[in-house]
Amino acid sequence: FNKKRLDATTLEELEDLLIMSDLGVEVSRRVCDRLSAQKYDKEISAEEVQAALAEEVSGILEAVAKPLEINPGNHPHVILMVGVNGSGKTTTIGKMAKQFQNDGKSVMLAAGDTFRAAAIEQLQVWGERNNVPVISGKVGGDAAGLAFDAVKQAKEQNIDVLLIDTAGRLQNKDYLMEELAKIVRVIKKHDETAPHDTILVLDATTGQNAIMQAEVFQKVANVTGLVMTKLDGTARGGVLVACAEKFALPIHAIGVGESIDDLQPFNADEFSRMLVGLES
Amino acid sequence: MFDSLSDKLGGIFDKLKRSGALKEADVSAALREVRIALLEADVALPVVKDFVEKVREKAVGQEVLKSVTPGQMVIKIVNDNLVEMLGGEGKTIDLAAAAPVPILMVGLQGSGKTTSTAKIAKRLQEKEKKKVLMASLDVRRPAAMEQLQILGEQTGVATLPIIAGQMPVDIAKRAMTAAKLQGFDVVMLDTAGRLHVDQSLMAEVVAIRNAVNPHETLLVADALTGQDAVNVAQQFSDQVGLTGVVLTRMDGDGRGGAALSMRAVTGKPIKLVGVGEKIDDLEEFHPERVASRILGM
Ligand SMILES: Nc1nc2c(ncn2[C@@H]2O[C@H](COP(=O)(O)OP(=O)(O)OP(=O)(O)O)[C@@H](O)[C@H]2O)c(=O)[nH]1
Ligand SMILES: Nc1nc2c(ncn2[C@@H]2O[C@H](COP(=O)(O)OP(=O)(O)OP(=O)(O)O)[C@@H](O)[C@H]2O)c(=O)[nH]1
Ligand SMILES: [K+]
Ligand SMILES: [Mg+2]
Ligand SMILES: [Mg+2]
Repeated sequence: FNKKRLDATTLEELEDLLIMSDLGVEVSRRVCDRLSAQKYDKEISAEEVQAALAEEVSGILEAVAKPLEINPGNHPHVILMVGVNGSGKTTTIGKMAKQFQNDGKSVMLAAGDTFRAAAIEQLQVWGERNNVPVISGKVGGDAAGLAFDAVKQAKEQNIDVLLIDTAGRLQNKDYLMEELAKIVRVIKKHDETAPHDTILVLDATTGQNAIMQAEVFQKVANVTGLVMTKLDGTARGGVLVACAEKFALPIHAIGVGESIDDLQPFNADEFSRMLVGLES
Repeated sequence: MFDSLSDKLGGIFDKLKRSGALKEADVSAALREVRIALLEADVALPVVKDFVEKVREKAVGQEVLKSVTPGQMVIKIVNDNLVEMLGGEGKTIDLAAAAPVPILMVGLQGSGKTTSTAKIAKRLQEKEKKKVLMASLDVRRPAAMEQLQILGEQTGVATLPIIAGQMPVDIAKRAMTAAKLQGFDVVMLDTAGRLHVDQSLMAEVVAIRNAVNPHETLLVADALTGQDAVNVAQQFSDQVGLTGVVLTRMDGDGRGGAALSMRAVTGKPIKLVGVGEKIDDLEEFHPERVASRILGM
């Protein structure tokens, strides 16, 4: 009934919709071009058009939707959390700790943010909530040294998963990125294959800068996967589409709140439907 | 990643000039590039659309078409309008009210409220010689109160003693009473991060506002924010009422288009900008610097 032709005006509206979801101008245009190639001038309802758009987006994200897997051969499996300030690293560690424990793994946390006020205390609260040990050092201490000690203790205590928190850092600050590179190097002194996962935490409210975050953190710290937080708001997180195209980095999970259970697996279909404004 | 707008417009007009006189359609082509540049700088789409219309009115028919360097002319018009929309300078924190003057800090999770609270408090204390009390009303984030307390110790700014279990509105009232009794000039109230769509938390911040009647209510927002800036600014503005914006993480390599979005949507000035994690990394807002940055120049 409510069908109309997919014409230039409608396509422009769709492109706007994608832009407002933070896909960026280029990617939005490309996605719309592909849609147009299939459906141009066809009779199509508003709902069908959105679904088709979601399918286009989902097609890009499908390949990178990969849950984080713990390799039981690693003693411990070391996970390093990195990202810009305030993106949700510490909270995500707290949430992940619970999931790993639910899978029957023993977990240890390391307070590698020795800089920010009360960062150590914050992680300690997450340790208490999970009832897992938290390795911490002095405020203002050497983060790489702390990471080294944590891996050592996790080994000694036969821990399955060690989650290492780091201070937030903007990717354009070379000295802070060098500090991160040093943390990685020092961890490798224990185990050449560690960190087994280096997760970049992206905030869904961030715009196009997230692409640069992915690029630089991958270069400096060899990021192996992404988590996107704060998807419980109105931000749609469309930069993930550009990141998927550019870097093909696995997307492991999404944060949908501040509580311990607010971490969900990344589902390309659901994410894409939300992104175009369809209920999932 | 970005080509400068200047280069792009130069390219367009050079081509056009070789093919003869400039027409209104040529200005439209240029404005399409302006639109893309603003979007790439993360200015929110509805704001971009309004802005481009405004620039179109000024550009069409007049100087641009007659200009020998039409690309530069468009850029000048765009730049001047950006600066105008970003607002004049010198609109910093207003303390013209009966002491103790309450300042309420609000915003999304992780935007930089607690850090900015301490930065502003230190600035008021050192530059304006005010006696400042800081209080954390964040009963949710782990160690949020300790964070502000530590920042107080680092900066030499007094913090309200922590009473475990007290609720935000009560903490706010206690802060005001303590400040009155102890002769503080300013009370800075740091709040928990909240989403603008979280009804109960938005109601909480409204209750805090009603309890203390803040002289300044500052939205603390991340300069790296993308298209969501309009929703955030609109909702905080409508529901809580704002007097200004503090833009954090301007030390990042983002273009900072959120500045324009926030300003356009709230109609309120950007009072200060955060340019680093350290306590002294706080600056006044310079519209012309931000304009050039948004335009990639
Ligand atoms: N709504 C919402 N809030 C979140 C989510 N993840 C984290 N947060 C909140 O975001 C804020 C910042 O989170 P943190 O975990 O401290 O972020 P961080 O990256 O460790 O920050 P720094 O260490 O300061 O760089 C806190 O208030 C968290 O509760 C999420 O998925 N949704
Ligand atoms: N680079 C940079 N980092 C900043 C700036 N302002 C704050 N930060 C950092 O951003 C992170 C979050 O800051 P907070 O002050 O804890 O943010 P918040 O809004 O209080 O967070 P919640 O209380 O969890 O909502 C911390 O790592 C700060 O050091 C800034 O201007 N530049
Ligand atoms: K952010
Ligand atoms: Mg942290
Ligand atoms: Mg805070």
